[in-house]
Amino acid sequence: MEFGNSGSLSEDGIHVDMDRLKKGEVNLGTSIMAVTFKDGVILGADSRTTTGAYIANRVTDKLTRVHDTIWCCRSGSAADTQAVADIVQYQLSLFAMTNGKPPTTQTAASIFQEICYSNKDRLSAGLIIAGWDERYGGQVYSIPLGGSLHKQSYAIGGSGSTYIYGFCDSNWKEGMEEADAVNFVKEALKEAIKWDGSSGGVIRMVVLTGKGADRHLYLPDTDYKVRHT
Amino acid sequence: MTSIGTGYDLANSIFSPDGRNFQVEYAVKAVENGGTSIGIRCKDGVVLAVEKVITSKLLKQGANKRIATVDRHLGVVYSGMIPDGRHFIDRARDEARSWRDTFKNPIPTADLASRMGGYMQAYTLYQSVRPFGITAIVGGWDSELESGVDGEVGRGPSVGAGGKTPGKKYGGPFLYMIEPSGLYWGYYGAATGKGRQAAKAELEKLDLSADGESSLTLEEAVKEAARIIYVAHDDNKDKDFELEMSWISGADGPTKGFHQEVPKALREEAERLAKKSLEDEDEEEEKKEDDKMEE
Repeated sequence: MEFGNSGSLSEDGIHVDMDRLKKGEVNLGTSIMAVTFKDGVILGADSRTTTGAYIANRVTDKLTRVHDTIWCCRSGSAADTQAVADIVQYQLSLFAMTNGKPPTTQTAASIFQEICYSNKDRLSAGLIIAGWDERYGGQVYSIPLGGSLHKQSYAIGGSGSTYIYGFCDSNWKEGMEEADAVNFVKEALKEAIKWDGSSGGVIRMVVLTGKGADRHLYLPDTDYKVRHT
Repeated sequence: MTSIGTGYDLANSIFSPDGRNFQVEYAVKAVENGGTSIGIRCKDGVVLAVEKVITSKLLKQGANKRIATVDRHLGVVYSGMIPDGRHFIDRARDEARSWRDTFKNPIPTADLASRMGGYMQAYTLYQSVRPFGITAIVGGWDSELESGVDGEVGRGPSVGAGGKTPGKKYGGPFLYMIEPSGLYWGYYGAATGKGRQAAKAELEKLDLSADGESSLTLEEAVKEAARIIYVAHDDNKDKDFELEMSWISGADGPTKGFHQEVPKALREEAERLAKKSLEDEDEEEEKKEDDKMEE
């Protein structure tokens, strides 16, 4: 039996087309992650955007705000994930206005999931949602390709993540201090960038706590040692 | 009535020159003829009660419920036109469902009240509809526990989430009353229908405003609710009635966060106490009158 790669399910209904992107479509061949720590969550990402072998953007920002202290890491199609994040950003700002209180990470995650699941055969989006809110503290949710929702203490995603499962598993500690958590994310992403051809550029992070969102930037020029603002 | 014959009461979307909507005011009259309903919000729950006037001896006792469950944690009772109330409840259930569909979480009581207030208000705007002939009392318990997203997989960190604000409490009992104009407020105690004046007077005597140790417990509130319905019925003695009551407590209370009918045994006990309290009052009054005679 031969399997086509037309973009829809093949006759047997099991073998799925893995080559979902259109010819020339911009891809976030990516390394992304989010972790919980003592005071909240940290999101981290590399900055490479590719069109096939060509690097379309070497300083991409894959960490996207959907509310003041709820952010997401995007992987997959740049167009799809931007569109989904835009919709959720709109929904959450409306929610905050009509309810007179900020949304929880759960609220954000369920809106993301509904969009990803109900459009699963049209989207190519792997998302990690991380947020801090007063009631539930820092939380990390992962929404992989099919649109399922997973609550995790930390999540990794994108093509680069395959290289760091071992690193993360042996170095992960729950309830870390902020500096240790930043270091964990940085070392993991450095490793992912080193081994994954589709990941590279700078390392970006966002720290979400009761104090709000704090951005970090680390450049390869200084071997990701110095924090730039 | 000053409105009659002026023409300003003929349709919904017409104001009178002094800024009133007579159709809404007539709807309030329909409510004022209905059996009394009350709601009590106390520190560990909410009680809803209604005086169900018996319109025929052929109706089966205890059938034809008047208090409805809108979502697991939400109850609604109303006074006025029963078919209007049934439609109101249908809509409330739709709203609760649609909230669950988008947010994968139960709707907070305040949000249901807001949505239903908006729905009632829409029926005061158009020529093609009339206002609701009911005033509804919405009671609910918003979970004090941490809830995830419906259908999520996994648990997160074993040490629990970091960065929570310590010492803050969330959720709890809530009570709202929505009127035919669409107006809604949150209440400690709410009453509507024929006996609302007497019921409100009784509600004001209760210690409801504080969440502290001295305030009413849920079980006491059930007994007070029964008594208040009996007091409110006192002026309408010629008609028979049935008492229907429901309650909602927190996760560690008797209903575990669900809206449920008050168990038969507790209801009957509450009714017995209510009747006794009325008889005692009558006796006291008789005594007073006797004193006067002796003067």
